[in-house]
Amino acid sequence: MKFAIQINEGPYQHQASDSAYQFTKAALEKGHEVFRVFFYHDGVGNGTRLTTPPQDDRHIVNRWAELAEQHNLDMVVCVAAAQRRGLVDDGEAERNQKDATNLHPKFRISGLGQLIEAAVQSERLVVFGD
Amino acid sequence: MNALHTVNKSPFEKRSFDSCMGHILEGSAVLLYEDGVYAAMKGTAMEGKVKSAQGVRFYVLGPDLKARGVSEERVIDGVEIVDYAGFVDLAAELDKVVAWV
Repeated sequence: MKFAIQINEGPYQHQASDSAYQFTKAALEKGHEVFRVFFYHDGVGNGTRLTTPPQDDRHIVNRWAELAEQHNLDMVVCVAAAQRRGLVDDGEAERNQKDATNLHPKFRISGLGQLIEAAVQSERLVVFGD
Repeated sequence: MNALHTVNKSPFEKRSFDSCMGHILEGSAVLLYEDGVYAAMKGTAMEGKVKSAQGVRFYVLGPDLKARGVSEERVIDGVEIVDYAGFVDLAAELDKVVAWV
């Protein structure tokens, strides 16, 4: 079955990203397809490559990135939510004249249309967050 | 259309469990996870609500019970404990997933 995942909360503050990760991992292990993981609202914070949690804590960003690497996941960060919260890739840095970038290379910034497309293309959309 | 309803907030903190209970139809299922697992505990005001829902299956996420120190013996009889793989199976089995966030 084809799943789409939506995450609305940031890492370490809310369990949403952890729950979504465990769900996505279990779905992939069962042989399901995950069409896209869409990070919306504070969920865009899951995409910063500068995260440095204590060594005995889980690294939420890298954990997503590793899952994406293993399963060729498409992980999309909402552009409007990212701009508000300072999540920047090369394209956004150039467009908005920023002097730095922080988006992890396994994520990409795109628009809400990507969420709608994921919902249409997938058989189930599972939403995590408040 | 039978839906899987997910509730992730404690019924003692937010109204999402009650909102969910007010909309569920026979044949649907409810999964309690994150702080929603508190709605699956015996001896609270939620027990009667869970038991009186006709034709609705209730599930609770085991890892989230464990993370909160709630033992399986304290789960309402008839509420099935599942893991993340069970969560995935429910999402696939029911026609859609409704998140009561």
